[in-house]
Amino acid sequence: MDMLTTATEWFTIPWSFAFIQRALLVSVVAGVVCAVLSCWMTLIGWSLMGDAVSHAVLPGVVLSYMFGLPFAAGALAFGAGSVALIGVVNRTSRVKEDAVIGVVFTAMFALGLVLISRVPSQTDLGHILFGNVLGVSDTDIWQILLLGAAVLIVIWYKHRDLTLYAFDPVHAHAMGINPRLLETLLLGLLSVTVVVALQAVGIVLVVAMVIIPGATAYLLTDRFEHMLLISSAVAVAAAVTGVFTSFHLNVSTGGAIVLAQATAFALAYLFSPRQGVLFKGRIARRRRARTPGH
Amino acid sequence: MNAAIEVTDTTVRYGDVLALDNVNLSLPPGRVCGLLGTNGSGKSTLFKTVLGLVPADHGRIRILGHTNTQARRKGLLGYVPQSEQVDWAFPVRVRDVVMMGRYGHMSARRRPRPADHQALTHALERTHLSDLADRQIGALSGGQRKRAFIARAIAQNAQVLLLDEPFAGVDKRSEEHIVELLRQLGAEGHTLLVSTHDLAQVPDLCDQALLLQRRVIAHGHPAHVLHPDNLMQAFGTHTDQEARAWTC
Ligand SMILES: Nc1ncnc2c1ncn2[C@@H]1O[C@H](COP(=O)(O)OP(=O)(O)OP(=O)(O)O)[C@@H](O)[C@H]1O
Ligand SMILES: [Mg+2]
Repeated sequence: MDMLTTATEWFTIPWSFAFIQRALLVSVVAGVVCAVLSCWMTLIGWSLMGDAVSHAVLPGVVLSYMFGLPFAAGALAFGAGSVALIGVVNRTSRVKEDAVIGVVFTAMFALGLVLISRVPSQTDLGHILFGNVLGVSDTDIWQILLLGAAVLIVIWYKHRDLTLYAFDPVHAHAMGINPRLLETLLLGLLSVTVVVALQAVGIVLVVAMVIIPGATAYLLTDRFEHMLLISSAVAVAAAVTGVFTSFHLNVSTGGAIVLAQATAFALAYLFSPRQGVLFKGRIARRRRARTPGH
Repeated sequence: MNAAIEVTDTTVRYGDVLALDNVNLSLPPGRVCGLLGTNGSGKSTLFKTVLGLVPADHGRIRILGHTNTQARRKGLLGYVPQSEQVDWAFPVRVRDVVMMGRYGHMSARRRPRPADHQALTHALERTHLSDLADRQIGALSGGQRKRAFIARAIAQNAQVLLLDEPFAGVDKRSEEHIVELLRQLGAEGHTLLVSTHDLAQVPDLCDQALLLQRRVIAHGHPAHVLHPDNLMQAFGTHTDQEARAWTC
């Protein structure tokens, strides 16, 4: 009885604060949008690209604050711009793609740091880097909802083509479906998604949100449709756990959300029925025990 | 009548590597042509050039009279990739892969219509994969994997099929099944260019053979192409038997 009251209160007390409700809304929406996209990101192997785009938006965010624009405007411009820049340098030089990505995103991030040191103090570097989900404004919430909905609608419309691109771009090409175009679309979606998640967990941790849920789901299923559901569920659970834990323990919200996701990944890694290392070990041992001569 | 595949004076380089040297070939429609050559002789490169995936230094490619861009848009080209190019751990089922062959026939959202489901069922039946349709693509044997990609090409109903080593890692029984399937497709009017390392199988499978070693060494009836003189040029060994031993 007492346990139950305590457990209920663990949720109800924070829920009575409006800023917690808003934080939950933002974290859940951002989490789900990221989680859906993360299924393609993990399968294509674009974690470095996710890291790159998220860091590269920093100067855009700072410039937006300087000129009083919505933060999404600058962030989008710099996210998409650096993706394009990576593409151009990659195609026109012999440097390998991961090196190009490394150069472009660190340069953009450095530009952001330099800009911020010259900007009057109303922009808080900490908030941009590590998220400020407990202090989101109404405008921020609207931007997140609109961009998040846009990403989900485009994905819903094009998901079969995106999977085709991830699985067999050569076949897409052979059928007259331009893989370059699909890649561009996916990179565009990544840029917008990063902006959606920026407020929830901050620039430094965004990459976790677009990789961990998909990677976790990939450990648990062989069906792409199920991956979408599992990764979204992981993201929602992690958002709720993260926000409430950060309230009670007074720790970083973005950090708590990402830690919750990482915990889900660790559990899947260890205990997944088919892919889990503990399980696989046991099956292998059993098999060995059955094999004559062992 | 237009040739199914016509390659004229085509040269392809990767940087300093000369992969195809002034290749000329013309394949009439409805034939099965075996593409033979050592590792690195340019077989995959020839496929990629016909698909328009690697640019030619110079030369001209026509597929049923169309440039490769036009041919791709019209859905004339089907492609069965070399096994090494496929991500077998990808979470798609056999039926999903085969359905991808239909995407060129669908609207922008790629929502399957009844005709697409029919084509899927038909392709699965012809390749004897109906019972395995719900398996993840990697949970198949070597022969079944190849058949799944052939099923995708059948569902696509492409006029010209490029098959890159459909017999690698396939046992004798599966091989016989695939040979029969490819022969039927040829008889139905499809044109097939099939790369293979198994010279012994060529007379059963192919109407024609093409021996490649950066350039075309011989092209024509299998018995003529498999003449020891030609094999020596392509494989650098002295007898047919040795060549066979070397390539198997
Ligand atoms: N992307 C590439 N960059 C540079 N060189 C390449 C590339 N792809 C192929 N080559 C070279 O081009 C030549 C032809 O290669 P290709 O893959 O066409 O041979 P293949 O006949 O398909 O061989 P295999 O029987 O091993 O599949 C080889 O010398 C190879 O090293
Ligand atoms: Mg090859």
